[in-house]
This record gives sequence, structure tokens and C-alpha cells, in this order.
Amino acid sequence: MNNPVISVKNLTVSYDKNVVIKSASFEIFRKDFLCVVGANGSGKSTLIRALLGLIQPVSGKIKYGEDIKHNSIGFLPQETKIEQNFPATVFEIVLSGTLGRFKHRFFYSEEAKKAATDALRQLGILKIKERSFSNLSGGQKQKVLLARALVATSEILILDEPSNSLDYKSRKDFYEMLKKLNDSGLTIIMITHDLDADDLIGNKVLSIKECEVSCESTDKFLRRYK
Amino acid sequence: MNPFFEMLSYGFMLRALIAGILIAAPAALTGVTLVLRKNSMIGDGLSHTAFGAFAIATVLNLTPLWFAIPTVIVTSFLVLNLSNNKKISGDTLIALLSASSLAIGVVAISVSQGVNIDLNSYLFGSILSVSWTDVFLSLLLAIVVVTFYLFLHNKIFALTFDADFAKSIGIKTKLYNMVFAVICSVTVVLGMRLLGALLISSLIIFPTVIVMQFSKSFKRVVIYSVAISVVNFILGLLISYFAATPTGATVVIVNLIMLIICTLIRQIKK
Repeated sequence: MNNPVISVKNLTVSYDKNVVIKSASFEIFRKDFLCVVGANGSGKSTLIRALLGLIQPVSGKIKYGEDIKHNSIGFLPQETKIEQNFPATVFEIVLSGTLGRFKHRFFYSEEAKKAATDALRQLGILKIKERSFSNLSGGQKQKVLLARALVATSEILILDEPSNSLDYKSRKDFYEMLKKLNDSGLTIIMITHDLDADDLIGNKVLSIKECEVSCESTDKFLRRYK
Repeated sequence: MNPFFEMLSYGFMLRALIAGILIAAPAALTGVTLVLRKNSMIGDGLSHTAFGAFAIATVLNLTPLWFAIPTVIVTSFLVLNLSNNKKISGDTLIALLSASSLAIGVVAISVSQGVNIDLNSYLFGSILSVSWTDVFLSLLLAIVVVTFYLFLHNKIFALTFDADFAKSIGIKTKLYNMVFAVICSVTVVLGMRLLGALLISSLIIFPTVIVMQFSKSFKRVVIYSVAISVVNFILGLLISYFAATPTGATVVIVNLIMLIICTLIRQIKK
């Protein structure tokens, strides 16, 4: 059996001094696609922020796999956290994802530019490289932020409710893209708001209810949920 | 004699021109970050604090600049840390700070006896008060801020666009925020001589807002903001000299006119 890429033991995390995750223990393995579910305010985003190192846990441990540094995890934040009219080109945004992985001096290295171009090509948005972020559709914006997350990592991708602003077709396309990335070897952790089988596209579900966390296969979760 | 050169033959005008250009550039650079992170009012809050600090320093017979700079830096750190407090929002905190600092400054001046303070020059600026020390400090500030932006513009972009993502990829967001706070504080204190406590924040905010009307790339916003800030300051200073109007207010009006023109052009282009 392979080693976990993220191993969480007895993790307790609080938000505004209220404990939202209590003594959580779970493991995530390479190529896992984990959907994180729970009611509004249950602590899904707080757990993700702890995994990203954005907040300090109250107690417990988060251990990353041998080849993984916590600053080389690709992160796609909630749409509401991003200023939609920010004056920046698509390429500027995607390039910023390379800052944790590549060495830079004054300007971005050729290696970083190539990685950004490859990510744009992979997601089919290379032709909008010089377009302004503020003029893009919701689906295009999500792809740009996904491209930025992709250049930040070659191992783990964390997405916080990425389908919130997407219509049915865009959401389907976006999920297809995530499945392909997962098939190519990327471990994915995705917070999702919906509990439909269409949205639980991963192999595992991590559910949060009243500060308790449980991790199981998607099939098992769906049987139990229904 | 050419009127422009005649203007520059006055030492105070030459000092005001050099100091103004040297302040306009860093003010525009910090403005890009502050405006895009929706922290525009921080400049306003700090300038009011600077007013209070200047007044207290004058009353206590201390050197105003050396008292105001550390006071404003400490205040900016406090604002940065306390604005994350859920009970008092950032804008509420700045509003409280602005009003309190103005009140402290005015009361300090009113209770002092035998101290001759021109309240107007503190509030609205006075080009006569710009000294060669101010020019030298402005030069230092300009060098530090321009170098900071030149070397670290990529990280500043990442931090400005999405602070959480920047932190997640290992950018030291706390450190950069502290550097911003220091730069902003020193810019406000030095710029107050020219534009005064009530108008200095316009030098920080206007250039970015003007450039955002027509530029959709971060790099261009940064470069054009500096250019527009410097040009508008020179225009304002020239107009104020020839029309005998207050410099600070004239610079703000030039910026306002430029913003209206750029907004109209953008609307017509749509």
C-alpha cells in the first residue's frame, strides 16, 4: 500500500474561538479524489485552510507526504474571495501560481512562463492569455484560477466550492476536467455544496457534522445518505 | 525670463517640485496595492493620525517629523492587526481613528499657550514648509519604494490579487503587509507638508482609480499610476503657482478632472 500524501491525526480546528473540527483523523492517498461535504458553517473551509497552512490548528497534526511541501499545494479559492474586476491579464494571474515552485529574480523565469503556458493549453484557454480577467465569463474565470492552482503543484489540488457560480453545462465541463486531472495522477480535495451523485465525482467523501469528521468511499456515503 | 524657470528660481518652489515628484511616485505605488485590496481609507486614517502627532510634537517642542513617523507606523501596525478583529470592522476602526486623531490634534493646539501653529498648513498643506530635509527624506523613500516594487512586483501582485493563495504558496504575507504599512506611513507623513492631512490620501488613491479606467493589466496599472501621479502633481503645482491657488487642493482638482475625463472616455468607448 502506498504512503498517504496527507495524514491528519487528532486535528482540532477553531474558527472565531469556536471549535468547528474536533479530533479529526483521516488519510489521503495519491490519486484520491476526496469530496468534502457538510452543512453551511460546518467547518469545511476551515478544515481546508488548516490543510493549506493558512490557520494554525488548536491541536493535532497534519503530516504531508515525503515529496510534498505544504506550500506546493494548488489552491482554488471560493469565487467570492476573488475581486472580479481586478485589473490583471489571464497570464499575469496564472504566472503568479509559479511563485512557490520556481526560482525567480526580477522577472518570471522561462521555466515558469512555460509552465503557465502549458497549464493554459491543458485547460483550453491559451487563446485568452492576454485577455483581462474582469472581462471573462464565470466559467472562464474558474478555469484561469484552476490553471493558477495547477502551476503551483504537481501533486495536490484543493478546491473550495469551485462550481458555485457555474451553470449546468459549465459545471459538467469543469468536473470532466477535474476527472482528467485526477486520472493523470493529481490528488484532488474538493469542497462541494451539493450532495447529488453528479457532484460527488470523487472516490471518497469526507463529511463534517457537528464537529465530527468521517471519511468513507463515495458509494458507501451515498448508500448511507439515501 | 521664462515663467517656469522664474517659478523654479524660488527655493521653496524648487523644493516643493522635487519633493512632490519624489512623494507622488511612492504614493501611487502604495496606492495600487491599497486601492486594489479595498484598503483605500487607510491613507486617510493615517494622515489624520499624523496631524494629531504633528500637533502634539509641536506643543511639546519635539521635532514633528521624528515624532510623527514612528507614531503613524505604530498606528498602521495596529490598524492592520485590529482590522482582522470581527467585532470592529476595518473601515469602522479607521473612521474612529480619523476623528479621534483630529480631535486630539485640535485640542492639543487649543490648550497650548505661546505656541504659534498654523492649523491650515497642517490640514491643507503648505509648500513653504517643505525643507531640504523633507526633500532628502522623500528621495530616500522614493528609492526604497521603487526598488521594493521593482524587485518584488510579482509577489506584490500575488498578494494583492489573492492573499490566501499567496500565503498558501509560501509568500510571507505578514512581512509584506508590515512593509506596506511602513511605506504608507512614511509617504503620508512626508506628503502632508505638501497636501496636508485632509488631502494627502488623494495622492495615494486617485492615480490607481484613474488608470483602472483604461488599463486592464496589473503591470500597466502600476507603471501608468506612477506616471499619472507625477504628471498630475506637476500640473497642479504649476496651476497653483500661476493661479495663486492652494497647491494641495489644486493637485486634487487636477486628479479629479483627469478621473472625470478618463471615465467619460471609457463610457464613450463602451
